[in-house]
Formats: sequence, structure tokens, C-alpha cells
Amino acid sequence: MSVTAELWPYLLLILVGFLPNEVWRVVGLFVGRGLSEDSEIVLLARAVATALVAGVAAKLIVFATGALAFVPFEIRLGAVVGGFIAFLIVKRSVFVGVLVGEALLLLGGAFLK
Amino acid sequence: MNGLREFPSSSRAYFIGIFSAWTSIFCPVIGGTYVGLGALAHDFGLSIAWMTISTMVVWAGPAQLVLMSAFATGAATAPIEVALGVTLTGMRLFPMVVALLPLLRPGATSGRDFILPTHFTSISMWVESLRLLPSIEPRWRVPFCNGLSCGFMSIAMTCGVIGYYLAAGMPPLFAAGLSCLTPLSFMMSTAKNCRQLLDYCAFIFGVVLGPLLAWYQVGLDLMWTGVIGGVAAYGIHRLREAAQ
Repeated sequence: MSVTAELWPYLLLILVGFLPNEVWRVVGLFVGRGLSEDSEIVLLARAVATALVAGVAAKLIVFATGALAFVPFEIRLGAVVGGFIAFLIVKRSVFVGVLVGEALLLLGGAFLK
Repeated sequence: MNGLREFPSSSRAYFIGIFSAWTSIFCPVIGGTYVGLGALAHDFGLSIAWMTISTMVVWAGPAQLVLMSAFATGAATAPIEVALGVTLTGMRLFPMVVALLPLLRPGATSGRDFILPTHFTSISMWVESLRLLPSIEPRWRVPFCNGLSCGFMSIAMTCGVIGYYLAAGMPPLFAAGLSCLTPLSFMMSTAKNCRQLLDYCAFIFGVVLGPLLAWYQVGLDLMWTGVIGGVAAYGIHRLREAAQ
């Protein structure tokens, strides 16, 4: 029973993490010959993946769980908006954006306590 | 002599590949991403072994992010939704593999040569391979590419462990800062990868729809965020093309 409980996360990792991700690499290996990077299906796949990843990141900030929930919603929102503005201003630098976002989060969190 | 880079042996090509990864611009990017993911894994009650194995077998930041955030909300109760979310993020790997293989094909001796590079395909390895491989003699490309990938993966695994233990021993505010690293960096690197109207629309739709669908507790909210946001962005792209 306890062995099952311990192995369960690894089973999920393979079934719902590894396989659904790896399948696309294998598909690319076998059927992808001669497909250009600008073909319509590739554009659609890129759009879906972009929306999904942006959505997951936004959801993690809005509905924070675990350690991030320690910081109030307003500060989390302020940090991500501020970080994003910095990212846009400074030549779209992810490094600068993350740095500013983190600084705002820590400062805001520290002042509110 | 055709000016292409030569190596004395396959193992030398492999090790130079590792070195190229460690000196790549993607090194701090991967490091930061995986410190964040490691902290998130700790946050969601996953083990360090699980985190490390997931980096090895999944080897895709967005897929790992979707997978882990699903564990926080109960992956065991909705495995189909998690698998759908992961597979939607994985779709982008398909065109990458398609674009990478023509570079490896001339120097490959058998079909088995493609197995590792196919599994290793991820955004960082792909960008660096497309940049570096064309200047390397074809027969050294597969070992070089594998070395490059192993170099990146070693950084990811190490930083995952570092993030995990940092999150475990930090005061709450700093732990919150670590957990915020992942959403911040993913949001901005996704925005940075936007190349045309299609990508910008998809990004904005995703940012709005993700929290909105979760707020209304729509079932399969992750999957719908990707499908609705992505298809709508693609629709706008097609309309604009038709108008031109």
C-alpha cells in the first residue's frame, strides 16, 4: 500500500508528463520530413503552446499556492506588471524583467509585514 | 578541407559540446528557470528525486511547469487534464525536431543516432544546435549535439537541486520570491519569443484566459486556455492574411 503511494508520483510522471510530451518529438522524427517552420500547422501549434504557457504562468501568480501565497495578491500583481514594464523598456531583457519583478515582490512583501 | 570544424574523435566532439553548453548564453537562463522549478517542486510537496527524474525524462520547462502545478491541485484526480495540458505544450517540440534532423542526417551512420538528439530537443539546445552545427563537419555533429544537450541538462539538474534546497531552508518571503521566479521568467521568455501578431495575440489571450477560466472553475481550464487562446490568435492571423 505504502509502496504504491510512494511510486504513484513517478507513475504519473511517466504517464501524464513524459509520454504526452515525448510523443511530439517522436512524431517529429518519423513524419516531419519536409515541413517548414512557417507552415500553417506549425503556426497553430506555436499559438496554442504560447497561450497555454502564458496562461499557466498568469494563473500561478493570480491563484498562488504554497510559498508564493505568503505575499498578498496586490503585491504579486504589482511585481509582475512592474517586471513586465521593465522587460519592455530594457530591450526585452528577460533578466532585467525578472530582476525588477523579484525586487518589487520582496520589497512589497517586506514593507507589508 | 572545406573549412568545417573537425574533431580528433567522437568523445572529443562530445566534450567540446558540453563545454559549449556551459559557456552558452542559455546557461543562466536554464539555471534560473530550474532554480525556480526546483523551488516549486519543494512547494508542491514533490521529492528531489522526482524533480531530477522529471528533468531527465520530460526535459521541457513548460511541460514540467504544467505537470507540477497540476500536482498542487491534484493530478491524481484529473490525470487526463494534466496529460492534455502537457501535450499542448509539447507540440512546439515537433517542428523543432523537424528542423534539427536535416543538420544531423548527413553525418549519421544509422537511425539510432537520432534517438538521443530527438529526446534532447528543447528550445535552448535547438537554438544553439541550429547556430553551431552548420559549421561542424557532419560526422561529428551527432556527438557534439549530444554533448551540448548533456551540458544543458546537467545545469538544469544541478540548479533544480539548488532551488529545491534553497526553498526548504528560506524564510517565507524569500521562499515566495523563489516560487515567483518560474511564473515571471516563463511569462517574459514567452513574450520574448513572440515574433509576429499571431504570437502576441496568443500570449495576451493566454494571460487573460488562464486566470479567468480558473476563476470561473471551468473544467479542463488549462487545456481550454491553450486551445481557445491559440485558435483565436490563429484566426486573427488568418483574417489579417486574407485582408492583405
